[in-house]
Amino acid sequence: MAFDWQGLVVQGLNGLASASSLFLVASGLTVIFGVSRIVNFAHGSLYMLGAYLAWTLTAHGPFAELGGFWGFWGAILSAALTVAALGALVEMLVLRRLYQAPELFQLLATFALVLIVQDVALLLWGPDDKFGPRAPLLRGATEIFGARFPLYELFLIAVGPVVLGLLWLLLHRSRFGILLRAATHDREMVAALGVDQKRLFTGVFALGAGLAGLGGALQIPREAVTLHMDMAVIVEAFVVVVIGGLGSLGGAALAALIIGELHAFGILVFPRITLVLVFLVMAVVLVLRPQGLLGRGAATAPVAAPAPPLPGPMPGPLRWAAIAAAVALVGVAPFLGDYPLILLADFSVLVLFAASLHLIMGPGGMASFGHAAYFGAGAYAAALLFKHLAAPMEVGLIAAPFAAGLVGLLFGWFCVRLSGVYAAMLTLAFAQIAWSISFQWVEVTGGDNGILGVWPSGWARGRLVFFYLSLALSAAGVLLLRRIIRAPFGLALRAQRDSPLRAEAIGLDGFLLRWIAFAVSAALAGLAGALFAYGKGSVFPSFLGIPRSVDALLMVLLGGVQTLTGPIVGAIAYAGLQEQLARLTDCWRLVLGVVILALVLFFPRGLAGAFRRRDA
Amino acid sequence: MLAVDGLQAHYGRAHILHGVSLDVAAGEVACLLGRNGAGKSTTMKAIMRLLPPTGGSVRFEGRDLDGLAPHAVARIGLGYVPEERRIFPDLTVEENLEVGRRPPRPGQAPWTAERLYALFPSLGAMKKRPGGRMSGGEQQMLAIARTLMGNPRLLLLDEPSEGLAPVVVDRLAEALLGLKAEGLAILLSEQNPGFAASIADRAYLLETGQIRHHGPMAAVMADAGLRARYLSV
Ligand SMILES: Nc1ncnc2c1ncn2[C@@H]1O[C@H](COP(=O)(O)OP(=O)(O)O)[C@@H](O)[C@H]1O
Ligand SMILES: [Mg+2]
Repeated sequence: MAFDWQGLVVQGLNGLASASSLFLVASGLTVIFGVSRIVNFAHGSLYMLGAYLAWTLTAHGPFAELGGFWGFWGAILSAALTVAALGALVEMLVLRRLYQAPELFQLLATFALVLIVQDVALLLWGPDDKFGPRAPLLRGATEIFGARFPLYELFLIAVGPVVLGLLWLLLHRSRFGILLRAATHDREMVAALGVDQKRLFTGVFALGAGLAGLGGALQIPREAVTLHMDMAVIVEAFVVVVIGGLGSLGGAALAALIIGELHAFGILVFPRITLVLVFLVMAVVLVLRPQGLLGRGAATAPVAAPAPPLPGPMPGPLRWAAIAAAVALVGVAPFLGDYPLILLADFSVLVLFAASLHLIMGPGGMASFGHAAYFGAGAYAAALLFKHLAAPMEVGLIAAPFAAGLVGLLFGWFCVRLSGVYAAMLTLAFAQIAWSISFQWVEVTGGDNGILGVWPSGWARGRLVFFYLSLALSAAGVLLLRRIIRAPFGLALRAQRDSPLRAEAIGLDGFLLRWIAFAVSAALAGLAGALFAYGKGSVFPSFLGIPRSVDALLMVLLGGVQTLTGPIVGAIAYAGLQEQLARLTDCWRLVLGVVILALVLFFPRGLAGAFRRRDA
Repeated sequence: MLAVDGLQAHYGRAHILHGVSLDVAAGEVACLLGRNGAGKSTTMKAIMRLLPPTGGSVRFEGRDLDGLAPHAVARIGLGYVPEERRIFPDLTVEENLEVGRRPPRPGQAPWTAERLYALFPSLGAMKKRPGGRMSGGEQQMLAIARTLMGNPRLLLLDEPSEGLAPVVVDRLAEALLGLKAEGLAILLSEQNPGFAASIADRAYLLETGQIRHHGPMAAVMADAGLRARYLSV
């Protein structure tokens, strides 16, 4: 085969164009993080809003009537400015109250915004994809080395460096920019010099949101506007920001370039594993250079909320209520119909899933943004054993925790070296790698079609028996976790979390402790995943998806990370709420988002914490 | 001008300040003396409300600071120079000064970068240098200059001479005397009274978060017993 220079050049240019778009989003994310230390999950939602608003403004209203060059660009810029204003509003109404809160609560709040924006976009724009107009004057294509290349893509390639230049000027030549750079380094000192941080934060959110909005708006001539844009772009933007170094603008530019080109050439070289490739690069960077390519300073403080050194016993009434509820459940179950039994089995599984994550987040003091990887590993282990070896459920349920535990050992070995946001991002990267494998390795996993027919053995096929089985295994898992947390191992784990230096001084190996905890947690999540698979009779890549990881995170955080009761209460509350809302209203995400926001703002100690006396 | 009365402060559960009371009059330089860990820095942070006090009151020019955010405290005229200096390392000298800049105050000649370069000539020679690439002495000058850009009425100076070479300390003392001559009130903190003796009018001796003694600076310098009890020998 002749070497295809043309193809390479075009592919390189494609890479530059996507790098440019990626940079717009990532630069906003990184600027916001630099100053506010908030990892804004809703950044992708702002990008999506930018795209939808641009679509609306080019199709309706004054800019649409104006038409032509000014109509188009007026619409794009207005969309970006509107999103900037929305960003400022969000900062003033929500995030401003959370600067003192633990990082994970901030993430939770921004994730609530994701849910809210999802439904608002659905309500305003409907489920259909939207196709924007093409940009005036940039409709055609040009010849580059004899290959045709769209003008608009060339324009996008220019946008990235131009925005980078403008941002550089803003940061170095304006008072606002100088204050932003100062605040990135030392917020408190900036305040002590008389600068009102509120204005600064509102300003930086407006700036970051505007960049995201612009990034989204600029996409409308080249791709459809959909309700999935938010998640797709936020994951990529996270990758870029983490590779470049949180808070580093130059790093974001460099990383956007790397990721853009990796996508472009990855398709040529390894068409099947492009997704894996991106996350692999991120994992390698995080392991070799945890602060990112151009990032500075050590990884930030632990993400987990400060927890009391020992979990107090569950408050008496709550404990008895829980036990009574469990007993009542077992007694009442035979009289329930199929649907409630399915739900109850699901709840049991989710409780185990949440409780397993709690081991990492509470006593372990780490955060996992990718716990679905282990849930999915268990589910796929069971399903693959069934599909390829026709293994029955009993074998699957035994093998699943081992398989997930092994995956946990592998991923955990990398993840537990980091702390804070970086550790969280690395867990996310590994989960995405696992997801990509399940999605792209079609021969083995069935890809998007999943694996069907993974039913329980005959004796457990009845809904009632399966519920009892789920409840029993989940309860056993939770009790095991409880024993682990209270055993010397759990004490040592907390010791390394609370005072790493002292723990080391008395001979505790923090790395080993965290690694084992990570693997145990993964194994139990795997058991939950396998149960879930048998309950549904199938597995899909979505079992390992980000939404499922976020579910686990939300359950734990809603309940509170301090005690094991927290995730249990949180799982039931979250799953119950989601279930009820989905039945009552089409806008369950909107309501759920608002509820989560309210909880984060008013019950920062979690639900279980809310039942406890203050300072108890 | 500054009246601190019964100030209490905690770090988490640790009770650090147990009722610190002190006054600084207009145009006066008062000095907080005490060993490492006595609570000098904590007192300054509590006055600035960077560490919100848990008891007592701070009044500045008759105004109660209770409930104010740190930036509001700075705006009404309290300038704070932290012990660690906390220069913004990526920002140049000029940019560091810009962060501190606040509007002029009526009845007070406003500080400008040019005036500060005249006060600290070494800064004028390195306007474009990033703060992270300056010597300790230069950083201390910059920290003071940066705070002066806010046109404070009173300067809180936390251990400015710490870790500086004797020549630099002398230059610093000279600059501070110049500021004093212009009528700026200063609350200084020091472990070593030698540097403070040349500048301060009065001294407060601090130990484990309490004022044990106060009096004219000269009297403290004259009393070796007092210094042996509350300061390093
Ligand atoms: N951030 C902090 N957290 C907990 N304790 C602190 C902190 N900073 C200072 N302390 C304690 O407060 C006491 C007073 O400290 P400080 O005000 O810094 O003393 P000084 O400035 O006089 O050396 C010391 O016992 C010190 O250990
Ligand atoms: Mg001190």
